[in-house]
Amino acid sequence: MTVSLPDGLLAVVKRDCPTCQLVVPVLAAVQQTRDAPPLTVYTQDDPGFPAGLDAVDDTDLAVSLALDIDTVPTLVRIEAGRETARLIGWSREQWEPFTGVPGLGADLPPHRPGCGSRTYDPDLAARRGAIAGARGLRSRRVELGPSEDEAEAMFERGWTDGLPVVSPTPERVARMLTGTTRDPDAVVAVVPPDLVECTVEKAAINAVLAGCRPDYLPVVLAALEAACTDEFNIHGLLATTWFSGPVIIVNGPITRAIGMNAGINAMGQGNRANASIGRALQLVIRNVGGGRPGEVDRATLGQPGKYTFCFAEREADSPWEPLHVTRGLPASSSAVTLFAGEGPRGIVDQLSREADSLANSFAACLRATTHPKIALAFDAVLVVSPEHARVFREAGWDKARVLDELMARLQLPGAELVRGASGIAEGLPAKVATATLPKFRDGGLLIVHAGGGAGLFSAIIGGWASGPAGSAPVTREVGT
Amino acid sequence: MSEPRVLLDPTSERQAPTRERTARPATLAGATVGLLDISKARGDVFLNRLEEHLHAHGAKVARFAKPTFTKVAPIDLRHEISEQCDVVIEALAD
Repeated sequence: MTVSLPDGLLAVVKRDCPTCQLVVPVLAAVQQTRDAPPLTVYTQDDPGFPAGLDAVDDTDLAVSLALDIDTVPTLVRIEAGRETARLIGWSREQWEPFTGVPGLGADLPPHRPGCGSRTYDPDLAARRGAIAGARGLRSRRVELGPSEDEAEAMFERGWTDGLPVVSPTPERVARMLTGTTRDPDAVVAVVPPDLVECTVEKAAINAVLAGCRPDYLPVVLAALEAACTDEFNIHGLLATTWFSGPVIIVNGPITRAIGMNAGINAMGQGNRANASIGRALQLVIRNVGGGRPGEVDRATLGQPGKYTFCFAEREADSPWEPLHVTRGLPASSSAVTLFAGEGPRGIVDQLSREADSLANSFAACLRATTHPKIALAFDAVLVVSPEHARVFREAGWDKARVLDELMARLQLPGAELVRGASGIAEGLPAKVATATLPKFRDGGLLIVHAGGGAGLFSAIIGGWASGPAGSAPVTREVGT
Repeated sequence: MSEPRVLLDPTSERQAPTRERTARPATLAGATVGLLDISKARGDVFLNRLEEHLHAHGAKVARFAKPTFTKVAPIDLRHEISEQCDVVIEALAD
């Protein structure tokens, strides 16, 4: 949208701001000073304010948005139709040289901060988004016929994962884009398998389809960035005949801010953020990357987590540092960790009250990940519930200790792993018979604390071909 | 009449270009056939047998290997195959 601005000075104010009311006599004085540059006042809320200054009605916020005003009063200098300088709030010391008028507001305090611009009122976010949308989202417009059912039309176009999606109208997409400070045209990632550059706008459209709220969008964008790295290898993960899909584990303050579930049923249904963030990533892979089941997705059986698999770590009462801190980010940051995972498999141990006993249980179950006779080929995430975590807390085992204890119990004798051992043809080549192999490579076992407060159950999320030969977990900070 | 309902396209909006297939050769005799080992376990056993059959038909065989089955063949490798080979046998893993 182009807004033409008169040369001279321009002030943006609103009635609902004490500082704006305070500076009304100052604005009048500038307007009445013959040698001062012409001053045009724009009002955001009440076209009659300030009285007597010929204020221009900006209640549609067109000028405020064009100038990206975040505080009122803001005083702007316009030369040849373009902004060359601005002042925010009231400051006599700054306003006098800026306007060239001495003795301004002699009876006012020397300075006073401004108020928030109406463009940032929460109830106007949607409108602001709609205006931004009208400025030109670039995606192709698909016009539906009068008798077309929206949900059916989207199924027919192949845009869905098999469940109904939310219609991505320009207004909804524009509103979704208010959830990020990033430019809609910015490229988030190159998405396999078609290796297409995915813009923020395309990601936002798919976030709408998935049912996201705008404040989830930064998490979706971070997850998309992480998924499309060479280390994570979403192409191979998609193409594999194995069960796995992208699992998103979210950490940090944003999990609370957007209401993610880290507690009861953390990995299950029922929480909008958990459900729709994971789904949005999968829809981007499908719609932008072109990755569809039966085409590049060759999974033999697949698993329901390929609709969506996203949850938050239960950080508040965890005995351990959160996952993103283990992986090198500051505790104050928010982050996503992507893991190439199968569906979760439960571990029951209702009797262990000693850390050693529980570690023995966990190790025995972890050994069976993928196959008890396969080692060093697949990573895993161990999701420890609060009641199990309590056993380790009481024993004073920090996360590193738990990991060391588990790895020590998962050193497997090669004789048990070779093909034919235990009467099972599956296994490793005979050459490892005299070796001892760890079940997991270094860094191949992640530990997360999540779940409801009751239940002596934990879970293993098995991985896929691990490391440089397949997929490695990738952690990315969530931006704005 | 109400406004038409408009949705934004969530796809890449790309159309895959179509290309002419290379004509099928009348005989494999003298042709170079590329065999790409995708680095899955025991794939070499299968390819070795295939190579024997191709030799029996008078074909020359050039062997290639991907670094890992989980990733797309590197572009240089794809280029090398296209430069050196007359015929491709397309197959999938598993």
